[in-house]
Amino acid sequence: MSSAAQLEVRSLTKRFPLGGGMRRSQIHAVDDVSFELRPGTITALVGESGSGKSTVARLLAHLYEATGGAVLFEGRDVTRVRSRRDVLHYRSQVQMIFQDPFGSLNPVKTVRHHIERPLRIHRVVPSGQVEARVHDLLRNVGLVPPEDIAAKYPHELSGGQRQRVSIARALAVEPRVVLADEPISMLDVSIRIGILNLMQRLKEEQGIAFLYVTHDLASARYVADDILVMYAGQIVERGPIEQVLSEPLHPYTRLLVAAVPDPTSKTEAKRIELRTGTPSPAVDPGEGCRFRARCPLAIDVCSQVTPQLVEPRPQHAARCHVTAPAPPD
Amino acid sequence: MTSLVEEPPVAHARETSLLEVRKLVVEYGTGPKSARAVDGVDLAIREGEVLGLAGESGCGKTTIANAVMQILRPPARITGGSILFEGENILGRSAEQLRRYRWQNVSMVLQSAMSALNPVMRVGDQFVDAMQAHEKIDHRRALARAGELLELVGIDRRRVSAYPHQLSGGMRQRVVIAMALSLEPELIILDEPTTALDVVVQREILQQVDALKRDFGFAVLFITHDVSLLLEFADRIAIMYAGEIVETAHADRIGTNPQHPYTQGLLKSFPPIRGPLTRLTGIPGAPPDLSDPPAGCRFHPRCPHCLPEQQALYLRQTTERPRLRMVEPDHEVACHLVAEAAE
Repeated sequence: MSSAAQLEVRSLTKRFPLGGGMRRSQIHAVDDVSFELRPGTITALVGESGSGKSTVARLLAHLYEATGGAVLFEGRDVTRVRSRRDVLHYRSQVQMIFQDPFGSLNPVKTVRHHIERPLRIHRVVPSGQVEARVHDLLRNVGLVPPEDIAAKYPHELSGGQRQRVSIARALAVEPRVVLADEPISMLDVSIRIGILNLMQRLKEEQGIAFLYVTHDLASARYVADDILVMYAGQIVERGPIEQVLSEPLHPYTRLLVAAVPDPTSKTEAKRIELRTGTPSPAVDPGEGCRFRARCPLAIDVCSQVTPQLVEPRPQHAARCHVTAPAPPD
Repeated sequence: MTSLVEEPPVAHARETSLLEVRKLVVEYGTGPKSARAVDGVDLAIREGEVLGLAGESGCGKTTIANAVMQILRPPARITGGSILFEGENILGRSAEQLRRYRWQNVSMVLQSAMSALNPVMRVGDQFVDAMQAHEKIDHRRALARAGELLELVGIDRRRVSAYPHQLSGGMRQRVVIAMALSLEPELIILDEPTTALDVVVQREILQQVDALKRDFGFAVLFITHDVSLLLEFADRIAIMYAGEIVETAHADRIGTNPQHPYTQGLLKSFPPIRGPLTRLTGIPGAPPDLSDPPAGCRFHPRCPHCLPEQQALYLRQTTERPRLRMVEPDHEVACHLVAEAAE
């Protein structure tokens, strides 16, 4: 399967220094993260705020420099790419969509300007065809009639339309990979599904590999094929999304699934254990499982040995001494 | 103010209503650019119940909360209706009366706990401040009470000496909830209390509110865009669209028997976490600009049941504002389609 990967992430690590002076604490924001993005596949990356999921997306977009590990694209390690030409090429293939469709568009420029720019910078089509391509792209993301929309300014559009403009802009360069960082969380509820359906269609029609970063498990289930669950900088579970959500292995995934509001069952039926506030386990973590302080299944070994990702079922891996023990050597 | 003088829709008045909002109108700005963020809203909260108020951003739900708290600021102003707390209109009360009303009768928890707490003041001192502003209590006793309140929301009482930045987002939100409880109000307004938090913390906090409500017996006005959350935590739900209430019912009935096309669309906008997956459509279009709302039913431009072919109905939908009417006990809907079916 790795031969088919569009983007391959190997042991990716990012640490941020914390505080000054002699203490030298570090947040292990991303720690030993490995996965791959395949063409025509949406991979969801879920976790709580501070789990490192956005940092992963930003590392892949080459917005942060990795502390360690590799990101392989077309056989080259992107974390080592330095020249402007190579960065430009990479960015034309790997595009990012941000959470805030207000902040990511220039308020004094028209929609046409936003979509023309990447077409011209990356010389996607001859200048004579730019206008026609802008209209094609707008139509492709459901913004019609494109002639009218192209002349508008961001403030004249609704939140959902603005997010569609961001998507059209990302698609202008014909990317192979799209990194979508919480693309619907700031949109009105009734228009979120439309954006998810659009991602689904682009995946199917254009074979784009999507990374869908979200904290919303239900939307991940709706749109994604595979899931990566992050906790305190590490991937604690990964696999085909239906299987992971219906039979989660890691206690954190189980907690997440149980916490999602479920209209079909009343509060009483699904009470979860309360936690009384612990500092982030991603700060100077040391040895041991990072989830142990909150884990109902923790045993002695959990505080001594950091669990590795183990695959007890085909394609379905978890980082847990109890539910996914390492096979004996 | 023409549309205001319609007959009252259906009598909401109940002897047991703790809070009653009657035909409330709140406008922002003046002249041609003015917008009615809340346009003739009736709402009643009974003692000890959790009323969920759901709707999308800009539908006016937070404006209602601010009106109930009497903390609206210009250019927003109340231009019609009344707000009764325990049967007495709070509009037109003096500043001193309102000072007592806030916190002692009604308190409010906002979305961002960080902006509700003073970053350079210890948590305990903020409790003391709030309590001393409203009752005669010495510092030592107030601080001890702060510790008790923190324990009620599952935080170690020694944290009275912590600064807000030393607490996690979930803990800060719980501190604010504890503070809202400090004067034992009859009503607590939660305005998107968990939107900035992740699902696990969200559930922890709502469970806590649920337990506290049973001990203290306060009522809750729970405002959120997340209807799925309300189906689980609220007793009754009011659905708001473009400044109006379009449907109210018991939470179970909203979930199992939604009548308004907007409510139906909203419920179909949340994919399920378990069970079969079907393709969802959401709701086409976007909420209207309230400075120029559509004529007739405000939802008609997005409504799947508004079709020019059905001439008589279409005419009503596009020219006449539907009123709330009862479809079953305790279940009201403002929709021409539902009204027609009933006739």
